[in-house]
Amino acid sequence: MFRTVFAALAAAAVATSAHAAAELKIGFLSTLSGPAGALGIEIRDGFNLAVKLNGGKLGDLPTEIVFADDQLNPEVGKQLAERLIKRDRVNLMTGVVFSNVMLAVWPTIEQAKMFYVAPNSTPTRITGEGCSPYFFSASWPNEGHHEAAGHFATSKGYRNAYLIAPNYPAGKDALTGFKRGYKGNVVAEVYTKLNQLDYSAELAQIRAAKPDTLYAFLPGGMGINFLKQFGASGLSKEIQLVVPGFVSDQDIIRAVGEPMLGILDSSHWAYDLDNDANRKFVAAFEKEFNRIPSLFAEQGYTTALIIDAAVRAAKGRIEDPKAFRSALMGAPGRAKTPRGDWKSAPNGTPIQDYYVREVAKDSKGRIVNRKIGTVLTKHVDFWAKDCKMK
Amino acid sequence: MTVTLFLEQTLNGVQFGLMLFLLAAGLTLVFGIMDMINLAHGSLYMIGAYLMASLAQATGSFWLALPLAMLATALVGALLEVSILRRLYERDHMTQVLATFSLILIANEVVRMIWGSQPILLNAPAGLTGPVELPGGIQYASYRLAIIGIGFLVAILLYLLVTRTRVGMLVRAGASNREMATAMGVDIRRLFTGVFAIGAALCGLAGAMLGPILAVQVGMGENILILAFVVIVIGGIGSIRGAFVGALLVGLVDTMGRAFLPIIFATLFPPMVASNLGTSLSSILIYVLMAGVLFFRPQGLFPARG
Repeated sequence: MFRTVFAALAAAAVATSAHAAAELKIGFLSTLSGPAGALGIEIRDGFNLAVKLNGGKLGDLPTEIVFADDQLNPEVGKQLAERLIKRDRVNLMTGVVFSNVMLAVWPTIEQAKMFYVAPNSTPTRITGEGCSPYFFSASWPNEGHHEAAGHFATSKGYRNAYLIAPNYPAGKDALTGFKRGYKGNVVAEVYTKLNQLDYSAELAQIRAAKPDTLYAFLPGGMGINFLKQFGASGLSKEIQLVVPGFVSDQDIIRAVGEPMLGILDSSHWAYDLDNDANRKFVAAFEKEFNRIPSLFAEQGYTTALIIDAAVRAAKGRIEDPKAFRSALMGAPGRAKTPRGDWKSAPNGTPIQDYYVREVAKDSKGRIVNRKIGTVLTKHVDFWAKDCKMK
Repeated sequence: MTVTLFLEQTLNGVQFGLMLFLLAAGLTLVFGIMDMINLAHGSLYMIGAYLMASLAQATGSFWLALPLAMLATALVGALLEVSILRRLYERDHMTQVLATFSLILIANEVVRMIWGSQPILLNAPAGLTGPVELPGGIQYASYRLAIIGIGFLVAILLYLLVTRTRVGMLVRAGASNREMATAMGVDIRRLFTGVFAIGAALCGLAGAMLGPILAVQVGMGENILILAFVVIVIGGIGSIRGAFVGALLVGLVDTMGRAFLPIIFATLFPPMVASNLGTSLSSILIYVLMAGVLFFRPQGLFPARG
C-alpha cells in the first residue's frame, strides 16, 4: 500500500512538475517566398523530414510547427516574431535564413527570453560581444566557410587571389573572413552592385589580372548570373574558381548545370560524408523530395535533431533557461547528426570540421558536390573570443 | 590596362546595351503609342524566359524553342491586353502603375505555382557555350556575340517595320492622333492589341536570349525593368531610335564605369576610399546620366512626338 501511495504521489509530482510542456510548439520564421524563398524552403524540407522520421515528435513531445514567411523583409520579420511569441505562444524559435532579418528579430526574441536555434544565419554581432544564452547555432558561424576557403587556397599554393563579392555587409564580411585564412597575395578585392545582372566588365578585368584563383561570394540569383557568365567566358580553363559551399550547392546546380563542373567549394558538410546518420538523411531526403539535398537541407535537418536531443535531455523543461541551455550545449554530442561529431563553443556556435568539395558528376551522372578533402578540423568561430560567456 | 582590355570593355558595354534594348524596344512602343506605363512588361519577360526553358526542354532544341517561346509570349500578352490592359488606356498614369504593379505580383505567384520557387535551368545552345577568339587576341563568349547580332537584327527590323510598312504607318497614326485615325477608318483596338503582342513577343525574345546568361527565377523581371525604364526615359518615349541609342549609352556608361572608375580612383585616392567610392559611384552612374540628359532635354534624346 505504501508503495502504491508513493507511486501515486510520484506520478502526481511529475504531472504537475513546473512548466513541463506536454506539446512542443516551434515558431519557424523563414524566407519562404520570392526569389530567395528557395533557401528557406530547403531548410524547411530538411527540418520537416527530421520531424517526420521521428514520428511527428521532437524530444518525445508531439510537435507542432508554426511557419511564418518573412519575405526577406526585416520589418515583416519583426512583426511575425512578435506574433509567434505573443499570439501563437511558441516554445522556441528557428528558421531565419538572412542576417538582415536575423538582426532585426533578435532583440524581440532575446527580450522574450525565448530560445532560438539557428539553421542558417549566425551573425557575428550575436556570437561575439553580443552573445546570449538564448542563441544557439546548428549551422556555422557566418565567416566559417570563407575562412576555410582562404586556408584551402593557401594550402593549394595559389599565390595570387582575386576576390569578388556584392557591396553589402555580408559581402564585406565574406571577404574579410577569406583574407583571414588566406596567406597569399590578394590581387584585387572587387565589390559589385547588389542584384547586378551583367558581370562582363568584371570578368574582363579578372582575365586581364591573371590570378591563380578567383574567390567569389555571390549568393542566390547573383551567383547564377555570374556562374553562367563565367562558364561562357571560358575563364574556367585558366583560373580556378573557389566559392563558399552555399554558392555552388544543389539549388544553384539545378539552375546552372554543366558550366559549374570543376568549381571547388568549402563546406561544413558533404552529401557523401561517411557516417550512418548522413547516409540515412540523404536516402530519406531523396526518397521524400525526389532531389539531392543541399547543405541548407542538412542544416534544417540537423537543427531539428538538435532540438530533439535538447528537449529530451531537458525532459521538456524548455522554460527553465539554465536546464535548457545546458541541454542545448550537450545536444551535438548526443544527437547523431549527418555532420558527424561536433561540439558547441560557449557562444553557441559549432566547433566543426570544414571540407573541400568539387562540383562533379557522380556514378549516376548527376551533378553533385563531392568531398575531396578536409581543410579545417575542429574550427572555432573567430569571434568566440569576444564572448564573455563560459 | 591595355588597348585590348579597353576594346573588350567597349564590346561588353555594347553587348549589355543591346540586352537592354531588346526589352526597352517593346516598352517604349507600348508607352509611346498607347500612352500606357506597363510595369508588367518585366513579367512578360519573365514568362518568356520560363516558357523558353520549358520549350527547350520539351523540344530538345534551343533554336526551335525560340520562335515558339516568342509566339507563346505574344499570345499571353495579347490575352492580357484584351482582358485587362485595354481598360487602362483611358486612365491616368498612376492608375496604370498601380494596376500593372499588381499584375507583377500576380504573375510572380502564378509562375511560382507552375514552375516552383527554385530558379530553373536554361542553357545556351550547343555551339555557343564557349568563347571564340576575336582579332586582337580577345577571348569573347560566343553567346554574347549572338546577343549582339540578334540585338542589331531586331533594331533594323523594328525600324523598317515602323517606318516603311503600312502597319507601321497605322501605328504612328494611331499614336499621334487617336480620334482622327479612328475617323479615318483605322481599327484602333485591333491595332493596339497587335502592338502589344509585338511588344510581348520582344519580351519573349529578350527573356529567351538572356535566360542562358542570367538567372531564370521568380521576380527576374523587376531588376531589368528599372534599367529598361531608364533607357527609354533617356532615349525618348515612343522612339525606337531613342531606345536603341539610349540602351547603348546606358550599357556603355554602366560597363565602362564599373570597369574603369575603381582604377581611376585608385590612382587618386587611398585604396579603402577608392574602392568604396568607385563601387558606389559606378552603380549610380546611369542614374546620374539620366538626370543629366533630362536636365538638358526633358523629352529625352529622340522624342517621338514633336
